Amino acid sequence: MIHLSDVRKAFNQGKSNEFWALKGIDLSVRAGKVTVFRGPSGSGKTTLLTLVGCLARPTSGRVRLRDRDISGLPERFLTDIRRSTFGFVFQQFNLLKGISAIENVMIPAYPLGRDRKELSARAHALMESLDIGPKAHSNAEWLSGGEAQRVAIARALINDPEVVIADEPTANLDSERSQQFLGIVETLKASGKTVLMTSHDPLVCDTAVVDHVVTLRDGQLVETR
Amino acid sequence: MSVWLHKQRNLLDFTLSSLSRRRGKTLGMMAVYTAIVFVLASVMLFAHAIRQEAAVVLAKSPEVLVQRMVAGRHDLIPARHLDAIKAIRGVQSAEGRLWGYLFDPAAVANYTLMVPTNPRIEPGMVVIGDGVVRVRSADPGDLMSFRAHDGTLVQFKVDKAIGRDSALVSADLFLVSEDDFRRLFGIPAGLFTDLAISVRNPREVAKIAEKIDAALPDTRIILRDEILRTYESVFDWREGMLLVLLAGSILAFAIFSWEKASGLSAEERREIGILKAVGWETGDVIRLKMQEGLVVSLSAFLIGYLLAYLHVFHFGAGLFEPVLKGWAVLYPKYRLTPFVDELQVATLFFFTVFPYTIATVVPIWRAAIVDPDTVMR
Repeated sequence: MIHLSDVRKAFNQGKSNEFWALKGIDLSVRAGKVTVFRGPSGSGKTTLLTLVGCLARPTSGRVRLRDRDISGLPERFLTDIRRSTFGFVFQQFNLLKGISAIENVMIPAYPLGRDRKELSARAHALMESLDIGPKAHSNAEWLSGGEAQRVAIARALINDPEVVIADEPTANLDSERSQQFLGIVETLKASGKTVLMTSHDPLVCDTAVVDHVVTLRDGQLVETR
Repeated sequence: MSVWLHKQRNLLDFTLSSLSRRRGKTLGMMAVYTAIVFVLASVMLFAHAIRQEAAVVLAKSPEVLVQRMVAGRHDLIPARHLDAIKAIRGVQSAEGRLWGYLFDPAAVANYTLMVPTNPRIEPGMVVIGDGVVRVRSADPGDLMSFRAHDGTLVQFKVDKAIGRDSALVSADLFLVSEDDFRRLFGIPAGLFTDLAISVRNPREVAKIAEKIDAALPDTRIILRDEILRTYESVFDWREGMLLVLLAGSILAFAIFSWEKASGLSAEERREIGILKAVGWETGDVIRLKMQEGLVVSLSAFLIGYLLAYLHVFHFGAGLFEPVLKGWAVLYPKYRLTPFVDELQVATLFFFTVFPYTIATVVPIWRAAIVDPDTVMR
């Protein structure tokens, strides 16, 4: 579904502090599977996730979504692809404070001009399915870590994306909550979604629901299984 | 079309909830903003209304006034000048006027004495303005005495008082009969204070003034338009003075609003990053922030203007009264007739709402064009 060929990414290019986060990645991500990018801090796994998820463009190399080369598209087109194809669950969850959980869930759908009632109904249904229905009208800052993550997942799913991207999803959760998260991943996989995660948590990498583990070190791919 | 409408509605809903999230900042900003609009609009509304009032009052006054000048000073004018003026083609009517000022030691105030021609006042009677009623606590039937030019006592019986509706021009009026006026000041018959001329064709006023000037070289001609311009200058000057005094606070507001509107907090930058990461376009983010600025500035403008309207037309512009109205013992108590000048509203709107909205958009645009992957780092 997603193919990367010789993808490189530099930060502060041309400056004294130039840094190459990715140094030539060749990779294919299959649809309907769960893939984990594993590696130590600074290995480039989050950068790889941002390139795959159209949050950034590679410095060189190609990123293809199905048969379409998306590595050189202008931001506007990337935004369009991002909101229709990808749903994001960030490491810090990145919920907006001061507004309710349900409003947080609906935010990605606002620019699409969907009917407010239908949108609210879908958000409620998603929250119910993730067992956080009663928290719909709680402010985001009042939620526990596990609840906040499930709100973030509901937000990622509101536009019904094909791919769900999660950055270090279990980094802020205890083992029980991590298991619950993996249960959700299983459900997503069962419903046909492609799931991409970064993690160095063995609980995630070694679980049965994960189909592929891609190991990175110093911006290079060292192992794929 | 409905997609576009739903999108606008969703963005507006989110704008309002964004503003309510930063309630303290939003309300503080709105309070200062409202205060500035209130002050500026009060000054503008008052000055405009009083200029209009002067124009309305003067519309009923004669088009041309003729005064005699002796050694560069105003002197009494002989009645024979009336015949010379009436002989000029285009003059509709000409009549002598008697008026002057009388100092009342009891009230320590000056009254404006006039002799009305219609209706005439009976000798020994007086009709007084609202200000005179107040300072002398005079009621109809009361007696008022004054020393005439030769030291003799002249007594008046109050016939009635003039209503407060016209207080702006009648507060200090003291209307007497011609005989009493001449006795009080020792002005013999056949002399007037000045002459009031009305002209048949308003477009000929300047020409007729020229003819009077040529026929009566010892006179000074005053046109109604000149008086109106003088009034306008006086109130323009007062309005300008007040605005200059307020310039400091306006500048402070400009700096405050620029700082508040343009200074994006780290939290706001983070939010913009999140919105972009979850699929908002740069244009959507800018539209959202522009709407936030518009909601604040538009609400402040409307509330400020409404408060200024109430302040000026219902509470007598209490805050700026001494500066804008001037001061007198016989201070008129009056309520201004509401006049609103559309151009003035548009000017105020342009100079308050527009800069604020721009001040909000520039930094947002800078923040909104950053790559959405910043939230992942």
